[in-house]
Amino acid sequence: MSRSAYSTPGKKGKFDKHIIVVWVDNEAGVLARVVGLFSGRGYNIESLAVAEVDAKLNISRITIVTTGTPQVIEQIKLQLKKLVPVHKVADFKREDKNVIFKEMALFKLVGNISKRNKALKACKKYNAVLLDKTSKSYVVQVTALRREIDTMSKNLKKLGLVSISRTGAVAMTRGAEVFK
Amino acid sequence: MAKLSTGAEIVFKCLEDQNVEFIFGYPGGAVLPIYDELKNHSSIKHILVRHEQGAGHAAEGYARSSGKPGVVLVTSGPGATNVVTALTDAYMDSIPLVCISGQVPTHLIGTDAFQECDTTGITRPCTKHNWLVKDIKDLSKIIHEAFEVATTGRPGPVLVDIPKDIQFQKAAYTKPKKEKKLNGKHHKRFNQKDIDELIKLMSKANKPIFYTGGGVINSGPKASMLLRELVQATGFPITSTLQGLGSFPGDDNSFLGMLGMHGTYEANNAMHDCDLMINIGARFDDRITGKIDEFSPKSKKVHIDIDPSSINKNVKVDLPIVGDVQDVISSTIKTIKKTKPNFANSNKQKISKWWETIQKWREKKSLDYVNSTETIKPQYAVQRLYELTKNKDTYITTEVGQHQMWAAQHYKFDKPNRWMTSGGLGTMGYGLPAAVGVQIAHPKKLVIDIAGEASVLMTMQEMSTAVQYNLPIKIFILNNEYMGMVRQWQELLHDKNYSESYTAALPDFVKLAEAYGCVGIRATNPSELDDKIIEMLNTDRPVIFDCLVDKQENCFPMIPSGKPHNQMLLGPKDQEQNKITGKGKTLV
Repeated sequence: MSRSAYSTPGKKGKFDKHIIVVWVDNEAGVLARVVGLFSGRGYNIESLAVAEVDAKLNISRITIVTTGTPQVIEQIKLQLKKLVPVHKVADFKREDKNVIFKEMALFKLVGNISKRNKALKACKKYNAVLLDKTSKSYVVQVTALRREIDTMSKNLKKLGLVSISRTGAVAMTRGAEVFK
Repeated sequence: MAKLSTGAEIVFKCLEDQNVEFIFGYPGGAVLPIYDELKNHSSIKHILVRHEQGAGHAAEGYARSSGKPGVVLVTSGPGATNVVTALTDAYMDSIPLVCISGQVPTHLIGTDAFQECDTTGITRPCTKHNWLVKDIKDLSKIIHEAFEVATTGRPGPVLVDIPKDIQFQKAAYTKPKKEKKLNGKHHKRFNQKDIDELIKLMSKANKPIFYTGGGVINSGPKASMLLRELVQATGFPITSTLQGLGSFPGDDNSFLGMLGMHGTYEANNAMHDCDLMINIGARFDDRITGKIDEFSPKSKKVHIDIDPSSINKNVKVDLPIVGDVQDVISSTIKTIKKTKPNFANSNKQKISKWWETIQKWREKKSLDYVNSTETIKPQYAVQRLYELTKNKDTYITTEVGQHQMWAAQHYKFDKPNRWMTSGGLGTMGYGLPAAVGVQIAHPKKLVIDIAGEASVLMTMQEMSTAVQYNLPIKIFILNNEYMGMVRQWQELLHDKNYSESYTAALPDFVKLAEAYGCVGIRATNPSELDDKIIEMLNTDRPVIFDCLVDKQENCFPMIPSGKPHNQMLLGPKDQEQNKITGKGKTLV
């Protein structure tokens, strides 16, 4: 039993996976504000992708994959909206069929040619692009879902995979609609 | 071509255009150009503190008692880190502060230069927003925006970090622009439908209660006037959080006293048993709700707040109304007048049973204590102080601990902006510098810091500031030689193991007062207390009042952890029958 000046935690709700998209002014410290809000309030970040999307208006788009109870997800959105450089915040459930999610990964494969080609073949269905080729190695780019890349990186171990570099997820809605 | 001004000049032009009269600050290497410029701006007076934390709290006291933003000026490095506690305090209690800090010259940033620190990095989580000025052309715009952000929406602290070279460089000054969109974060989203829904709930309720907080004070004095009108128009009982005290008269019959951990029996029971809770500008803080799972289980909850992120953060509510308290109450009253002009009377019958129940709780007299003729009881000291000052439009600040709760329980406020206390962060050492700031804003008024001897030692150096500017603040110390609230918890939860909560080598506060050049008064027994208080009130200089009180007194009532909200621990007599045991210990 801990003796403290605070109450004991109440019942925890069910955790859902959400993709939060934040449009921000591309200025010094803005990423630290967003990330600091997550760490400071104990929210979770599974992956993060950020880049400028409008050079003229100086807008960056941050895509964050997070998990939390509905109450926590709601707080994340409301707290983000309070930050001064934040313009808008969108929130998608991971299961949302109306949203496309993609991650990119680079695989470095080292080994004999037959192993490497086997690996390349296995990558085929994930839009594999051979970016670099030497007598000993390949660098292959794939774009896929997180769990697919997880599986690939496990399976390619025996086929000479020596290094992986991967991005966080980016997201976009299907169809002509744009999030306002 | 427009006339060019130096960065330091631009700082003062901004402050002038923002109608700033006082700056609380402390000079140092990285702000010297700004200090050099001070002499050319006679409308702005600088108050020299003795520690930057004191500057921050003084600015908070100034802001809370005047409704205007407080302005702080500090140097880089330790100047900035010393003000962090005050910024965090202001952030927790939603107080508008604009802090200007010096920074090492831009070419030295990142080199671990002398008195360099990552000020914007350190203050990011304790400000609404902060800026590092990298281009002199941005300076005026940034300072004006800083005032805008600090004072709009839910108020709070902001910081502008200005490197020394920027203070020397020149640019054209630009006046503040009235922005249509108030930094995009100002929400006034409620509509008439929300108000109609609220009134529907109100007319259905049998056991309603208003639960009001600091948001009413922050909304301005008019909000407090409207709140009184609303209570009158409905006949509903009202309770207030620590921060909301003064928005409704403390001696009015509709007022149930403060709620929460050390709130009254009637307020907490009414919160627990009500069927309609109308939260106006409060935030369901954990000191109010106790155990969330058992908080007011049978009520419909309405939450009126300007900050959308306050809603559903701790407690799920049935009707959220996002807006400025003043606007929401005003619309509500208008609608009641239009649609139910006789609301209070027609409703009287319906809620009369509720008032009878409340009356029964009231008869418990939960704030009572066993008085003594030998030693001064701290509650008695606060009561006497109240009786002797209640006709003087007194401003009260406090430190943090038992004395703070006794002040909240026994000093009754009837106006907003008269009560300055650190509620959210609970900063010991807040009250003395805050009193300095209050007295600056109200030079002719009586300003008293109800203090504990442990808290007040944390910022005691600011007595020197009070003496320098002839600020006749009264430091009323309830001296029990213990960190009283720590000792109380150790007594109740840690088997009376008073680990490190006794201060063995306290200074002689009377001599200390004399050393600072102010007046020291000591009261040692109840029979002399009134005379000594009157002596203090008649002294037109700063006073340290050393009131020697009962060392063992505990602060009751108290929500005894682990038990439901409606079973409070009352005074010493009741305590025997309600020992805190087992699981309850974790919850205090």
